[in-house]
Amino acid sequence: MGTRILSVEDDERIRSAVKLALEDEGWTVDEAGSGEEAIGIFHLRPADVVLIDIMLPGIDGFELCRTIRRTSDVPVVMVTARNDTHDIVAGLEAGADDYLTKPFAPKELSARIRALLRRVRPSSTPHSRIVLGDLELIPDEGKVQRNGEEIHLTKTEFRLLCEMADNPGKVFSREALLDKVWGYDYFGDGRLVDVHVRRLRTKIELDPANPRHVVTVRGLGYRLQT
Amino acid sequence: MTDDAPDSIDPAASPSRRRGSRWGLRRRILLTFTLGSTLLAVLLAVTTYGLSRSNVIQQREGTSIDAAKRNAQAVQASLRGPALTVQPALDALESFGVQRALVWYAGGWSPGNGRYQETALPQSLVDRVIEDAVPARMVVDVDGEPNVVVGWPLANDGAYFEFFSLTEVDSTLSSVRLSLYLAGLITIVLGILAGTVAARRAVRPVADAAQAAKSIAGGRLDTRLEPSGDPDLGVLASSFNDMAEALQRRIERDGRFASDVSHELRSPLMTLAASIEVIEGRRHEMPERAQAAVDLLSSDVARFRTLVEDLLEISRFDAGAVRLHLEELLVSQFVRQAIGVSSLPDIVLTTTARAERMLITGDRRRLARAVANLIDNARIHGGGDARVGVIVPVDDDAVADRVQISVEDLGPGVPVDERRLIFERFARGGGAGRRSGNDGSGLGLALVAEHIRLHGGDVWVESRHDGRDGARFVIELPAEEVSDE
Repeated sequence: MGTRILSVEDDERIRSAVKLALEDEGWTVDEAGSGEEAIGIFHLRPADVVLIDIMLPGIDGFELCRTIRRTSDVPVVMVTARNDTHDIVAGLEAGADDYLTKPFAPKELSARIRALLRRVRPSSTPHSRIVLGDLELIPDEGKVQRNGEEIHLTKTEFRLLCEMADNPGKVFSREALLDKVWGYDYFGDGRLVDVHVRRLRTKIELDPANPRHVVTVRGLGYRLQT
Repeated sequence: MTDDAPDSIDPAASPSRRRGSRWGLRRRILLTFTLGSTLLAVLLAVTTYGLSRSNVIQQREGTSIDAAKRNAQAVQASLRGPALTVQPALDALESFGVQRALVWYAGGWSPGNGRYQETALPQSLVDRVIEDAVPARMVVDVDGEPNVVVGWPLANDGAYFEFFSLTEVDSTLSSVRLSLYLAGLITIVLGILAGTVAARRAVRPVADAAQAAKSIAGGRLDTRLEPSGDPDLGVLASSFNDMAEALQRRIERDGRFASDVSHELRSPLMTLAASIEVIEGRRHEMPERAQAAVDLLSSDVARFRTLVEDLLEISRFDAGAVRLHLEELLVSQFVRQAIGVSSLPDIVLTTTARAERMLITGDRRRLARAVANLIDNARIHGGGDARVGVIVPVDDDAVADRVQISVEDLGPGVPVDERRLIFERFARGGGAGRRSGNDGSGLGLALVAEHIRLHGGDVWVESRHDGRDGARFVIELPAEEVSDE
């Protein structure tokens, strides 16, 4: 079964053109012109990647993203209108895995989607089980448990945790994490890492304000400790 | 930028303006207060002194006349008695403390006492008292000491004269004078102080307005003057604020327009970019002429995209909405990475050992964009090749507080008079063909300038240092040297 992409965008022309370009990549594209429509379609035919424009009539992109996140860990790409911190961070906080700023070239979009799809596949870690204090990672099954209780992570959060768990105690720079997890070059956006680390902490840390597992190393990046 | 323009345009105008400013409002107010208080002090002192002087002297003369009259009557009385000379009478007076008396009697003078002889008497007084037989008084100096002499006619053509010293009066008056000097001086000093304060107060609204105008010119459009309670100055403040308001509205509207236009352009541009990619994917299925047209279309869509992105970025600068995502970067390493993602990724960076140790604090993506834009510029206008270097522009033993990133090309260079102009938006100098090409958005260098300025640095263009044709663009940024570990 091929890859299915749900594209949510209210401008019909853009939607059609993006659909054509993505279909050229060999993907199946479902279209939705509003958030409500998107939720309906997503329930009917779950997609592998969801592309959401923030500016939507009715419920906006942030709300749509949160709604999808309640039931699914499907990779989400946000399309923001402005390259300003507020929209991007709000999109990432709402649960998006990556973002693009209009106007983008469809090639960038397909590169992002490919990176997300890679992430969905099990990571290449040789360990079948990693224990970090009260946390237990099972990479092959994509599971994390704290004291035997399963914690629900998105694919990106899980991949982020796995990358750092491969080498506990090592400091990972934002650039290194962007490269390993998102497939960005040196000039990717460090905010992607920061927001995901924040979200990861709220899920795996007992006290997210005083993290014990994912620790910030000032000026350098992040480190995972047991 | 244009602040110094008026001076250079008309140098003849500045001397007269400077002379005008020498007598500025503040100075004039101060001068008025000083002159006014001086005039007041002098007037008061002169009047007071004049009045008290005549008053004191009058009083002294009054008592002198009374005393002289009494003593003259005593002498007269003793002359009526058996004595034929005046000496006993004078002796009697002396026993009462009267020592400076002279008597003319029977054609001769009684002997005086010390300096107080008949020779000290003015002739006009003697004539008046003896010849005309009327009492008279006069102020005379006896050996430099002021005295009032009172003459009183006696019976039988006699006359009684007595000296009364005015030294006491003089010392009274001199202490009055001293007090008046002091009071006058204090008045003048107070006047100058009041003048200073008044001048400062009078000028303050003007200074405030000047400060506010400067701040607006510096880009802080929301600067306003405090509304003043003073009805005269309130007019200045309120009309200044109205002007600033109108200016701000106008500038924001212009800025919003550019930003709105670029926002609106993004949607059709998205459609264009996606569609052209679909067409490009089928390029090989097309006839040759259609392929050429597709190539043109796709390169111009890419250019259009750059233009819109640049416009959006620059309107963010104008709105002051750019927030830097600052981090510490080793500059040489960073520039190598930036070259790697630029349009000429194979350029080799020239650095020095010291330049490798320089640390800057900056927004990685924005600085990379600035470097990439300079490399683009070199590629398009500078003969297709570029040399990039990082150097520390200080002596070896000096503290390195800045670092320079240079991009040199082999183009025709930039004429001196266009070197500032090319960092302006859509500046397309005709000279030597630079920027006359059709590539690039026309905003690339303007964006470089904005990015670098936001980082507290500077960017300029100069001639190549090795004497060859070509431009040398330099980005200078604040930096610090990290020690080797």
